[in-house]
Amino acid sequence: MIPAAFDYTVAESAEHAVQLLGEYGDEAKLLAGGHSLIPMMKYRLATPTQLVDVGRLSDLSYINQENGHVAIGAMTRHRDLETSAVLAEACPMLAHVASLVGGPAVRHRGTLGGTMAHADSASDLPAAVLALGGTIVAQGPNGRREIAATDFFTSYFESALAADEMIVEIKVPANTGGWNYQKFNRRAQDWAIVGVAVADGGNGVALVNMGSTPLRASETEAALASGASAADAAAMAANGTTPPEDLNADGAYRTHLAQVLTRRALEAAAG
Amino acid sequence: MTAVMGTKMLRKEDPALLVGENKFIDDIHAPGELWMGMIRSTMAHAKINSIDTSEAEAMPGVVAVYTGEQLAEMGLWLAPLPCAWPVTEDIVNPPHNPVAVGEAKHVGDIVAVVLCNDRYGAADAAEKVVVDYDPLPAVGSLEAAVANTAMAHSDLETNKAFHWPLVPDPEGTEKAFAEAAHTVKAKFIQQRMIPSPMEPRGCMAIPSPAGGDITFYSATQVPHILKVMIAATTGIPESKIRVIAPSVGGGFGGKLNVDPDAILSVTLANHLGVPVRWTETRTEAAGSSHQGRGQIQHMEVAADENGKISSVRVHIDADMGAYMMLITPGVPLLGSFLYTGVYDIPNLAFTCDGHFTNLTPTDAYRGAGRPEASYAIERIMDMLAAEVGITPEEIRARNYINGGEAFENHEAASTLVFDSGHYRPAHDRALEMVKIDELRAEQARRRDAGEAKQLGIGMCSYVEICGLAPSRALGGLNYGAGGWEHATVRMLPTGKIEVVSGSTPHGQGHETAWSMIIADKMGVDPNDVEVLHSDTAKSPLGLDTYGSRSLAVGGVAIAMAADKVIEKAKLIAAHQFEAAPEDVQFEAGAFSVAGTPSKSVHIQELGFAAFAAHDLPDGMEPNLQEQVSFDPPNFAFPFGTHACVVEIDTETGGVELIDYVAVDDCGHQVNPMIVEGQLHGGIVQGVAQALFEEAVYDEDGNINNPSFMDYLVPSAMEVPSMQLDYTVTPSTSNPLGVKGAGEAGTIGSAAAVMNAVCDALSPYGVKDMDMPATPKRIWEAIHSNANNSNGGAA
Ligand SMILES: Cc1cc2nc3c(=O)[nH]c(=O)nc-3n(C[C@H](O)[C@H](O)[C@H](O)COP(=O)(O)OP(=O)(O)OC[C@H]3O[C@@H](n4cnc5c(N)ncnc54)[C@H](O)[C@@H]3O)c2cc1C
Repeated sequence: MIPAAFDYTVAESAEHAVQLLGEYGDEAKLLAGGHSLIPMMKYRLATPTQLVDVGRLSDLSYINQENGHVAIGAMTRHRDLETSAVLAEACPMLAHVASLVGGPAVRHRGTLGGTMAHADSASDLPAAVLALGGTIVAQGPNGRREIAATDFFTSYFESALAADEMIVEIKVPANTGGWNYQKFNRRAQDWAIVGVAVADGGNGVALVNMGSTPLRASETEAALASGASAADAAAMAANGTTPPEDLNADGAYRTHLAQVLTRRALEAAAG
Repeated sequence: MTAVMGTKMLRKEDPALLVGENKFIDDIHAPGELWMGMIRSTMAHAKINSIDTSEAEAMPGVVAVYTGEQLAEMGLWLAPLPCAWPVTEDIVNPPHNPVAVGEAKHVGDIVAVVLCNDRYGAADAAEKVVVDYDPLPAVGSLEAAVANTAMAHSDLETNKAFHWPLVPDPEGTEKAFAEAAHTVKAKFIQQRMIPSPMEPRGCMAIPSPAGGDITFYSATQVPHILKVMIAATTGIPESKIRVIAPSVGGGFGGKLNVDPDAILSVTLANHLGVPVRWTETRTEAAGSSHQGRGQIQHMEVAADENGKISSVRVHIDADMGAYMMLITPGVPLLGSFLYTGVYDIPNLAFTCDGHFTNLTPTDAYRGAGRPEASYAIERIMDMLAAEVGITPEEIRARNYINGGEAFENHEAASTLVFDSGHYRPAHDRALEMVKIDELRAEQARRRDAGEAKQLGIGMCSYVEICGLAPSRALGGLNYGAGGWEHATVRMLPTGKIEVVSGSTPHGQGHETAWSMIIADKMGVDPNDVEVLHSDTAKSPLGLDTYGSRSLAVGGVAIAMAADKVIEKAKLIAAHQFEAAPEDVQFEAGAFSVAGTPSKSVHIQELGFAAFAAHDLPDGMEPNLQEQVSFDPPNFAFPFGTHACVVEIDTETGGVELIDYVAVDDCGHQVNPMIVEGQLHGGIVQGVAQALFEEAVYDEDGNINNPSFMDYLVPSAMEVPSMQLDYTVTPSTSNPLGVKGAGEAGTIGSAAAVMNAVCDALSPYGVKDMDMPATPKRIWEAIHSNANNSNGGAA
């Protein structure tokens, strides 16, 4: 619970942050809300010697609706998503999912960019962005590029982001089609043991904590597309996954939960 | 002046706590202080081949690194860490060195210590100490300890530490079971719990510049006991040790020990001549703060055809952990007397074996022995009800002591005498508040409709033993100290009142409660009362806070000392009135002569008279100050009935506590708001054991959940708004008629919740479930019985 020594620099802009990442290399970590990084440092699971604080870049905190999608700055806090009038209109699912992340303290600090970059398969918002078919906008030394959420998550806490890239924006399609989010946990403020995000009337179904990354339940999506009932499609939710085992659940129980929660989410999204 | 006792007076402690004025151990610093960084064993049982401290010694700010062997050679202490409760003459108690020598006995056992001028530096240096271990076979569970296949202590031939029987009438037991129409047998597992106070443990020892005195600050529940134990363990004369507990953020038993850090910081501060301190991290706490529970209970009851119980037979295997801490072996004994619960059961046979494991030592945790006992009897009552074919409330009603009517001085089968009880009113009120009939109807409807969400209703009627303790009773149990409490009440020259309490708060609200007692007794404003405590220089005599004893022993001592002050003041008043003391009456703080109410003097005015001593009765000593050491003639036995409702999502296994009712009886209440707070927290701690918390170890003795991410302490979000009510049956064990309320909630709640869980699952053929009832366990129970013949909801 006592982190190793590190230096700390406040980035003045996204460009500055990227430049610092280039200079410091592997030793550096961006610090956004700090609600994933700092716990890891306290357990000494992460021992960066340089922290580059991007949490103060207020120009990266925004929620704007523009031609068919909503653009969200990477430093937008979960709490801002939760209370956003723009999202309430254009993409209520994202606001709702944000409201279920941790407790109020976590939501006032944690950022959308941070949780995407952290790429934890047990996190809520990455799965929601995945179900919505969102896009991650990354800035590197050579400018910006866009990465589809479906291509973004690569492995446990790993993403397609290069070491000297920073997420600056997340884009989600404006979408008010039938949606639902099921989060199963033991305490209100915990991560999901299993979660299921259904977006766009079932066109996007994503799973939380069912593998090394947030996952699309592709067999369920395909079954729905070819007219299967919610119950039949949900029975396939865990197909092709290798769910993790921990104190809360083993693979068999997670598989079962994914099926039940997917059915409930599909039914609720349709209702 | 209207009565203060019995009102919900706001706590005097809270303003300073709320604005952050209070100082906890981590807020207190001394110039030149060194931080200890503990190097803890990463293996449950291992031979220590060598320890390389060279790299750590070279780290910035590091003053010294000591291994267990070096410390042993330095001879800083006379004796290993103390166990004050060797329950039997032949108890096995291997030495518990503050720092392990030769062999590490559990994950978290200290093997070396770093001293550094900075806390972060101490953590960095501790990482650089290289320990070469040879793993030894580890006893990773209580079951493994009982099986005796590996030895927790390599030089012992058995893991069994003691056998303790309480079998007053063995023939009676045999006969009862032989003649019984119904017998029910069950095995219950009391999982290990990690005490999780808001403030972790911490301490700082400051040597004085001359004279060899030591001031020891500690986040402790027991400054007085610590002082004696530090003296006895280190050989530093008691009079040179001052122990101060600053504001302490909870303990739940976890801070009543003599931990290695206390002995290390005191002796190293003494040795080096500089302040030495330590604050644990939560991960350290998970492996080294003593844990609670850790028992396997084999429980049997014998009953006639109507379910009237004739005998209880119970054997407990108790997990001591790797070492005996201060009262480790005594904890299960505290429960032994309660296996007959609130019932009129003429026969009890209790035996307990204590066993060593290579796990963190166990010791007292809120309720200490009594929640375990209450759980076993209250779970088996439900099983017996099912066996006899009657409801849980009916089986209880048929068995209550004195038919549920009021009683005093009931001798139980354990030979203990219950001070007072009246069980039926709490039972009736709890069932009424929880709306038992409506619930049963709704439960039946959901079962018939095969709904996914099913209801379970559970109750628990508990009794507990608190007000620890009559010193003779403790002597009879081989405990190494008494159970009295000390109080001083002094009227200061200005008329303010100073109360010195030997009972030591760590969040309970003693200052408020003691002020209220004085206010009522002496007819003064509670704000005129100042309470001194938690510092052995201000309060040299005391036995501290645990076992729901503060009010029933310490508070009573305060009241008795106040009475003595009033008595003396009355003599002064009589002298001033030139009246006979018998003619002087005392009411609402004022003395007056019967029949002439115009002539009166307030007790606070007499403070100055007693101090100035210009005109006292002949031969009277100046000053108004009286002391009392109150040794209670008996324990106090609070009781009550709790009832609760759980909703189980049979598709996911999810369980939610949706209603909780508690009707408790702790005798007269000084401050019902404080009682309510104790009950709320206590109940949630039992709910925590039933549904959430467990220190999970693998078979090699590694803890799997040493952080609050995985060790699930419930929050306000996980419990419904509780409905509380009370009955009042005064204790006969003390003049205030009070009983403790600090542990009652925990003692009543785990069984109530598990009875509800098992009730919800009964259609699936589920008769019992281990705690905590996790969604996974619940889902598996439903699943494995899905095709059972009892049918029920799908
Ligand atoms: C008690 C608690 C409970 C929680 N409960 C939940 C929960 O229920 N559900 C849930 O989903 N999450 C939960 N979280 C995690 C929380 O949502 C985190 O805030 C979030 O995952 C990370 O966001 P952050 O801004 O705090 O990132 P940080 O912790 O600052 O950073 C996380 C990682 O991302 C990197 N990073 C940050 N920003 C960027 C960027 N713009 N570009 C590239 N890399 C970047 C950092 O270098 C670091 O490696 C909880 C956290 C806590 C402490």
